[in-house]
Amino acid sequence: MTARLGLRATALGYLTLLLVVPVGMVFWRAFEHGFGAAWNAVTTPDALHALQLTLLMVAVAVPLNTVFGIAAALLLVRRRFRGKPILEAIIDLPFAVSPVVVGLALVLVYGRVGWFGNWLSEHGIQVIFSTWGMILATIFITLPFVVREVAPVLREIGTEQEEAARTLGASPWQTFSRITLPAIRWGVGYGVVLTTARAIGEFGAVSVVSGHLVGQTETLTLFVQDRFERFDLAGAYAASVVLAAIALSTVAVMTLLQKRRGA
Amino acid sequence: MILWLSVIVLLPLAAVVVKSTDGGLAGFWDAVTSPQSVAAIKFTLLTSFVVVVINAVMGTVIAWVLVRDDFAGRRFVSALIDLPFALPTIVAGLTLLALYGPRSPIGVNVAFTKAAVVLALLFVTLPFVVRAVQPVLMELDREMEEAAASLGARPLTIFRQIILPNLQPAIVAGCSLGFARALGEFGSVVLISGNIPFKTEVASVFIFSQIGNDNVTGAAAVSVVLLALSMVVLALVARLGRSWYDG
Repeated sequence: MTARLGLRATALGYLTLLLVVPVGMVFWRAFEHGFGAAWNAVTTPDALHALQLTLLMVAVAVPLNTVFGIAAALLLVRRRFRGKPILEAIIDLPFAVSPVVVGLALVLVYGRVGWFGNWLSEHGIQVIFSTWGMILATIFITLPFVVREVAPVLREIGTEQEEAARTLGASPWQTFSRITLPAIRWGVGYGVVLTTARAIGEFGAVSVVSGHLVGQTETLTLFVQDRFERFDLAGAYAASVVLAAIALSTVAVMTLLQKRRGA
Repeated sequence: MILWLSVIVLLPLAAVVVKSTDGGLAGFWDAVTSPQSVAAIKFTLLTSFVVVVINAVMGTVIAWVLVRDDFAGRRFVSALIDLPFALPTIVAGLTLLALYGPRSPIGVNVAFTKAAVVLALLFVTLPFVVRAVQPVLMELDREMEEAAASLGARPLTIFRQIILPNLQPAIVAGCSLGFARALGEFGSVVLISGNIPFKTEVASVFIFSQIGNDNVTGAAAVSVVLLALSMVVLALVARLGRSWYDG
């Protein structure tokens, strides 16, 4: 009994010191000077622009990676072909790469000194230090999430129902949209939530390719760092609270989805 | 699909590898063995290792408490474990700085020290071991433990002889994922570590500063080292467990 209580105290104490109190501190610091001050700090034009840009990242990266993720999962689970382990490894690569390396990689392809740098500048296209580069970085970083969530679900549901539908004369698209998609919807949902959270939170990769132009190429996470380094702590904490609130809702949705999936 | 992967993932990473050997293999070697990059790589490996050891112990304890213990709010705590995955890393860094930084209300200031880097990495890698061990512990058959207990084995013996061997693969897998993540971590470290070369500069921060200093070749060389290290670690995990995609 004492051992049990000791372990419980150790685990909860650790989580409190590492997780709960620090996150609580950010909320406290943000609202230290009243709700109005925090509200003013996140409704400045620069802050609003940063929020818009973050939402743009989500709006582009999430649908693309969802479609890609479902297609890739179908291919990996339902088909046998040579080089499958290699394809798996490539899809998992973004998990193994430091965000800063992702940023550097994009600079080396699309930047001024990059492989396509000359061609792009001749055609007046700017990728690095613009929204395009940041979108590419976000897509790279969030690539594996939907595949990873959908693949195990696909494997679990098997192919019986799909085969039945096909024998009854359903087209491949009908089979997918009426049988497969409804069966994997919670897995897709879970993957979409993870992708969204990661897209909102991405910092390192976006930081390298953005050039930190305030009010132009600054997402909310970059805004936090920028405000902090300019000693505008109120701004940094207020924007952090917005991001932390999004993260907490993400966790809540994940918990709900897990329950649904379990049922 | 192959085209999409090539454009998004393979082409950029190939560019890093090519760039790192701009000055030939000798140039690559010089860049990797410059005193500042060696210091950054060493420090990254050291802190990641420390973090993994702490994670192995604390992650297992937390998972055990979440599965075997029962108390009010247990589900809430279990959900909370995912918070570091959902919280943007820069916010994680700011969060730790608010409590353990210069304006700390409890008088603990670790900002700009090596301990700060360990703290930041512990925060972002918290879920890996817990989430790996939790499901295994849930499915673990308790009959063996009960048999051992009825034969007079003490709780610690039961844990060492029966529970730990069963959890070991999950702990190792969780640790490896955490290690790979710690190697490349940037956002949570950048504010709290102070990025002091030779002291608190991790590899990713070093790469970032070299890009800023127009030493792109040096940045690429260290990136390749980092890339190789985490790929080896993840390959080991893949070997240990079964593939994510095969049944």
